[in-house]
Order: sequence, then C-alpha cells, then structure tokens
Amino acid sequence: MSAIVTLDHLTKRYGRLTALDDATLSLSAGETVALVGHNGAGKTTLMKLILGVIRPSAGRVRILGEDPAGRHGAQVRRRLGFLPESVAFHGAMTGSELLAFYARLKRAPLAANAGLLRRVGLAEAAGRRVGTYSKGMRQRLALAQALIGAPGILLLDEPTSGLDPDSRREVYQTIDRLRGEGVSILVSTHALAEVEPHVDRVALVHRGRLLAVGDMAELRRRVQLPLRVRLKVPFCTTGRVLERLSGYAEPLARSERHLELAVAAADRAALIHDLDRLRDLVEEVEIQSPGLDALYRHLTAGESR
Amino acid sequence: MNALLTIAGQEVRAGIRNRWVAATTAILAALALSLVLLGSAPGGTTGASPLAVVVVSLAGLTIFLVPLIALLLSFDAVVGEAERGTLLLLLAYPVARWQIVLGKFLGHTAILALATVVGYGAAGLLLFATRGADPADWAGFATLIGTSVLLGAAFVGLGGLASIAVRERATAAGLAVGLWLVFVLLYDAALLGLLVADQGATVSGGLFDALLLLNPADVYRLINLTGSGGAALLSGMSAPGEVGQLPVAALYAALAAWILLPLGLGVLLFNRRQP
Repeated sequence: MSAIVTLDHLTKRYGRLTALDDATLSLSAGETVALVGHNGAGKTTLMKLILGVIRPSAGRVRILGEDPAGRHGAQVRRRLGFLPESVAFHGAMTGSELLAFYARLKRAPLAANAGLLRRVGLAEAAGRRVGTYSKGMRQRLALAQALIGAPGILLLDEPTSGLDPDSRREVYQTIDRLRGEGVSILVSTHALAEVEPHVDRVALVHRGRLLAVGDMAELRRRVQLPLRVRLKVPFCTTGRVLERLSGYAEPLARSERHLELAVAAADRAALIHDLDRLRDLVEEVEIQSPGLDALYRHLTAGESR
Repeated sequence: MNALLTIAGQEVRAGIRNRWVAATTAILAALALSLVLLGSAPGGTTGASPLAVVVVSLAGLTIFLVPLIALLLSFDAVVGEAERGTLLLLLAYPVARWQIVLGKFLGHTAILALATVVGYGAAGLLLFATRGADPADWAGFATLIGTSVLLGAAFVGLGGLASIAVRERATAAGLAVGLWLVFVLLYDAALLGLLVADQGATVSGGLFDALLLLNPADVYRLINLTGSGGAALLSGMSAPGEVGQLPVAALYAALAAWILLPLGLGVLLFNRRQP
C-alpha cells in the first residue's frame, strides 16, 4: 500500500504554544486511521495542516505528492472531504441549497446531491431550512458535504461529538461503508473505545505529540498491559481459586463471590487451562483485553493532563 | 461556475432569505418616496427644479444611511463565518482566499446596489410620472444612484476589512460603528474645526480639497452637490471660492481608490489569517 498522506516531522507553533510537535504519520490508500486524544491535544491542528489551511512551522505535509498549502493546494483540496468539528450552517438555507453551494465550489455535479442526502438520511428534510434541523441532522448534513465529489481522502474531525448513541452508530456505519469503498479516512475522536472496531490503526495524540501509532494488537503488545479477568465463584472459594492461579494472576479486587485479576497477556493460555480445571468452581468468566482507554491512561501516566 | 461568483451568489441568496434585501430596499424606497412627496415644498420659491431638490436631499440622506447599511451587511462577513465554523470549512474547499474576500464583497455590494437602484429608482419613476423633467436633472439623478452604489461599495469594503482584521464578532461590530462615526460624522466636524481654528492661515483651498478626498462620504457629497448645475446652486456648494475645484474625474478616482484600497488590504490580511 502506498502512502497518500504523509506528515513528516510536522511541527506547528502559535507564538509560544506548540500545538503540534514533530509529528510523523502516514495514511495509506484505503486505510482508516483514528486520531485519538483529549480536546486541545492537537488533532484539529493536524487536520488543518493536512488541509493546507495553515502552514507548518517545521516539517512538511504531502498529499498525493503535493503540498496542500502550496500552489496546487486547490487541486489537492478538490480530492479531500472534510467534516469540521463544529459547524453551524446558515440557518435560513435549506439542506439541498447548502449542499448545492458546496458542490458548486467543488465543481461537482449537482445531480449527485440528492443521492448524498439520501445516503445520510436527509432526503425527507432536504427542502427544509437548516435552522429547523436537530443537531444530529446538522451533523449528517456536514457529513454529506464532506462526501461531495466522492473524495478519496476523508478528514473527519470529531464526527460523533455531541451526538446521541443512535446518531453515533449511524456515523460509524457510514465510516464502515466508506472503508468498504476504499476511501482513506482520518478520523479524530476522544471517544477512545468507540472508534476501535472501525479503524485499522490508531494514533494517540497528547499535548501536541504523537505518543504511539499502530494497530491495536501492536499497541497492546508494546505497552504490555495485563488482561483483566473477572470471575464469579461460589461462597468462600475465592481462596482456593486464587491459590490455583497464584503463579501469574495478581488479585485486583476480591469479595465473597467475585474476583478480579490482572493477568499478563503471555499467560493467557495458562489461565484458560487452569480455569478449565476449575470449572466446578468458576460460575462466570469475563476476560477483557485492555482497550484504548487503558492504553491511553498507561501512555499518559505521569504526565499531567 | 466560478468560485468567486458562487460565493457572491450565496451571499445574495442569504440576503434575500434573511430579508436583508427586502428591508434595505424598503427603507431606501420609503425615504426616497417621502422626499419626493414632501420635497416640493422647499423648492417652491427657489426656482430650482423639483428633481434637483430631491437629488440634494436624497444625497444628504444617503451619506448617513448607505454607509450604515453597507457596514451592517459586511462586518460579519469573515469573522461571523469564523465563529460559526464555516470559514474553516470554506477554506478546506478548492477556493483561493482572495476569491472569498472578493466574492463576499461582490455579493454584499450587489445587495446594496439592488436596494439602491430599486428604492431610488421607484422614487425617480414617481417623480418622472408626476412632474416630467429636464434631461440635465435626470443625469444628476442617475449620478446619484450610481455614486450611492459606489459609496456603499467603499463601506462594504471597509466593513469587510474590519471583519477580516479582528477575531471576534463583537469587535468587528464595534469597529464598524466606529468607522461610521468617523467618516460620516466626526471627520467633517473635525475638518470644520480645523478651518475655524486655522482662519485660512495654512489650510489652502487645495489642501482642503485633498482633505475632502480622504473621506469617501465627502467625495460622494462633492460629486452629487457640485456636479450638476441646479443641485450645486441649491446646495450652496457652488460658491465656496477655490474650494470644490476638483475635476470630476479626480473625484471618481478617489471613490474608486476608496473601494479598491480596503479590498486589497483585506485580501492581504486574509491571506495571513490563521483560521
């Protein structure tokens, strides 16, 4: 796979504030990468640099070999779709009017707009004023705007922020569909766990620095966080269970019928073997791989937010 | 369609949708029509044509009203979009920054031009229907409409510049009010004060003329009140000796500069703005 977006030691400073510090990242064709971090971590700055809307203080951005802030920036931007974090469209315009405006700017055929509105579930509301839309509908309109001209690269800045669970699921369904179509997607979020099943790789951003980049399995290996194991056992048998697992399991919490253990990922096989032998005692088992949240907490531990 | 015209068209469409076009047209038409209907009273004994009376009084009103409308239209242009988040989105499109500045300028000027032409034009038609008139006065009326649009364009440019130069909508609004106060009210008062204090010692007619060129509202006044014979006589602007000797071409050039300078400066500033 060839990289279509490359960020090379990218730094952006605003006066004395370093919004992005020496970030190196690439996005391959057809790949979906999540940019995960807190508010103000530098996610939006990174997207602005990719869009060529601001110029880097050091390092460089290349999209399909071109500098988005350079002379051919407009041509590059024609192939990008962007969903801003918060956008309040002109309330007096209808959904289809707004989409027509943006399609004209992108020189995309207006005929495709009805399909785009249908795709994001706004076909019924297309003729209504945007002022009457709910937040979820406005966000879907913004998404439709990003899809104008079927761009090969999508930048989605916090596409689910402020949405209810249903709307969030719809956004992720759309992302999954676009992934299936081979669109390269960079999606920023602070909803760590939520985005995990929908992306190929994750880039963790903290205070302007890229802490780690990789697929989830790779990140877990690197950080070597233990599995969390929850067991439900009959009364007064926790001691016996613990004894059996004592070689590798570390108790985190213990009550009369429940045990919570930390087990190194390498000991997973031994754990399963032992649990099988304890099957008369163990009533319920729950094994949890460390999620993004745990990874993130681990990586940023020691640094104040 | 070109991105420039797309942006201009969107501004006009927004203006129609949020009733700006209707409201400004109605205001300008109401004022012009009331002047036409009332304007015959003072003209009765001076011998000036009714149309010249209307031109002079309408020019006086335009100086107050059109810059205000222009500034209200334009102060929000960039800073408002920045606050709503649509500026970042717009910049993410294949659009050059100068196209955004110029497109918005064209859109707002078109709204103002529409309101002026329709509003004042309605009054002109009424006047023509009731009084008939002398071709020279009609040229004066056409000049009034044309220069009113140019005056509006200058203040649309100034308002747009204010909108680009600041970070917050409220600051841009304050700046717009300040621009209006300075150019429409304070500048002339200061100039008058200067003349009185100076008693003709250092401020020559030439210098005074040059100082008048530094204010688009004064340039507009000079064109409309000294331009046509009847209006000049009526407005009392024909007599101030060596003052008002500027060739008409210089006045139009000054007005054009007042449109182009803020626009150019706006493009320069906007190119440096970090959204």
